[in-house]
Amino acid sequence: MLTEFGKIFVFILVAIFFVAVSVFVAKLLRPHRPTHEKQLTYECGEDIIGSPWVQFNIRFYVVALIFLIFDVEIVLLIPWAYVYKSFGIGGFLVGAIFLILLGLGMAYEWRKGDLEWSRPPLPKLKVDKEKVSQIAKS
Amino acid sequence: MIFDFFAKLTGSEILASIISALLPLFLFILPFALIAVLLERKVSAHMQDRLGPMRVGYHGLLQTIADILKLIQKEDIVADSNDKTLFNIAPLLVFAGSYAAFAAIPFTSSYIGSNINLGLFFIIGISGIVVIGILMAGWASNNKYTLLGAMRCVAQMISFEIPTLMVVVTILMVTGTLNLNELTEIQSGFFWNWMIFGGAVPGIAKILLIPFMIIAFGVIYISTLAEVNRTPFDIPEAESELVSGYHTEYSGMKFAMFYLAEYANMFAVSAIVVILFFGGYQSPVGYLGNSIGLHWLIPIEQLFWFTFKGVGFVLLQMWLRWTLPRLRVDQLMAVCWKYLIPIAFVNLLIVGLITLI
Repeated sequence: MLTEFGKIFVFILVAIFFVAVSVFVAKLLRPHRPTHEKQLTYECGEDIIGSPWVQFNIRFYVVALIFLIFDVEIVLLIPWAYVYKSFGIGGFLVGAIFLILLGLGMAYEWRKGDLEWSRPPLPKLKVDKEKVSQIAKS
Repeated sequence: MIFDFFAKLTGSEILASIISALLPLFLFILPFALIAVLLERKVSAHMQDRLGPMRVGYHGLLQTIADILKLIQKEDIVADSNDKTLFNIAPLLVFAGSYAAFAAIPFTSSYIGSNINLGLFFIIGISGIVVIGILMAGWASNNKYTLLGAMRCVAQMISFEIPTLMVVVTILMVTGTLNLNELTEIQSGFFWNWMIFGGAVPGIAKILLIPFMIIAFGVIYISTLAEVNRTPFDIPEAESELVSGYHTEYSGMKFAMFYLAEYANMFAVSAIVVILFFGGYQSPVGYLGNSIGLHWLIPIEQLFWFTFKGVGFVLLQMWLRWTLPRLRVDQLMAVCWKYLIPIAFVNLLIVGLITLI
């Protein structure tokens, strides 16, 4: 007995099979004459300078983290969205409170500047210089 | 159901499932890609007062077939410094991910690859495999352009997944189902039962829902456009700065697989928008087969309407491509995080309140 998810598995297998067969058929037909120039990675025809595997902009990581929070939130919301109607207004409020908490979290991120691609510099701390020098003396 | 028909014919469920999994590939995606690649070039040419491909066949009709013949004969160049295993797996993952999405899409009332209850959720989940494939392609190519393109692409695709998911939850709140077949059946009847016109919700709630459904449609259309990396959201493969993005290093048939996956994705997201808001395979004006008493005609009509609406949205994507300029990275993130997500958020809460009436 094949379940519905079994059919999806067959779909994925068919896709993999299709790609494998068409690449294999092309392999039978195409030429294969590698030269030194062809074996270099493309960099506008110049010799390659340095490795691309270097440190990357930290913003990509921050975006991934924020995405993770929201993705988990929505996975939690889907069962709620199935059943909240049977609990009336109370059921709706439970989800709404959860959503509003997340909205507050988002507002905080926005205020901190984490949603900007180029993050603005942090505000300078107001330091009382006299006090600092007094503490340093004592 | 077509699956049952093949199961009876062949006497084996596994054989029937293989046949029914092959159907959308050979009867739909490949012909669609053949036509859409030509259409893209012709539409863009005519929008710019050019002629486009004219040499191969009448008005360039056979241009795509010539392209495929050329791609099959192209040498498959794998550079020395590429990570060969990942480099070869990447096109496989990208195509498998975008093809698996078609398993849950109902083309007519009698054909759906897999009738699962979490259909829509599954489609969005499986599109995560495409993201992995793209990152793999960009990383394994060992090339600065591909890595930049892949990083931008992943950041963009995961960001815009959130507004899409929020609209999906909004629809779930109104209809109470994520099964795409049931979702389409709810919208049966005439076009005022489509979700964009409030769905088949009884009473005053239907009229109250209309403006919020139009907002939800706008949000999901923009975010799905970004998820398939179409202009104005095409910074992952911005030709003028990144050569061609994450598949710069690929040539020959592997490149063709990326290309095919891209066109399959274009149709898949259009199909999702159509199923969510425009009644899926339902006809807007009733069926000819019903009125003249030929019931075998109905699935064919349904396939026609589904293709018609889906291709309509694909054409809209092409139109937008030649109308809007490309966004910068920071503008792109601002569109997602500062506009679409808050709008979808408030929209979800309001729709939730309306459905309680």
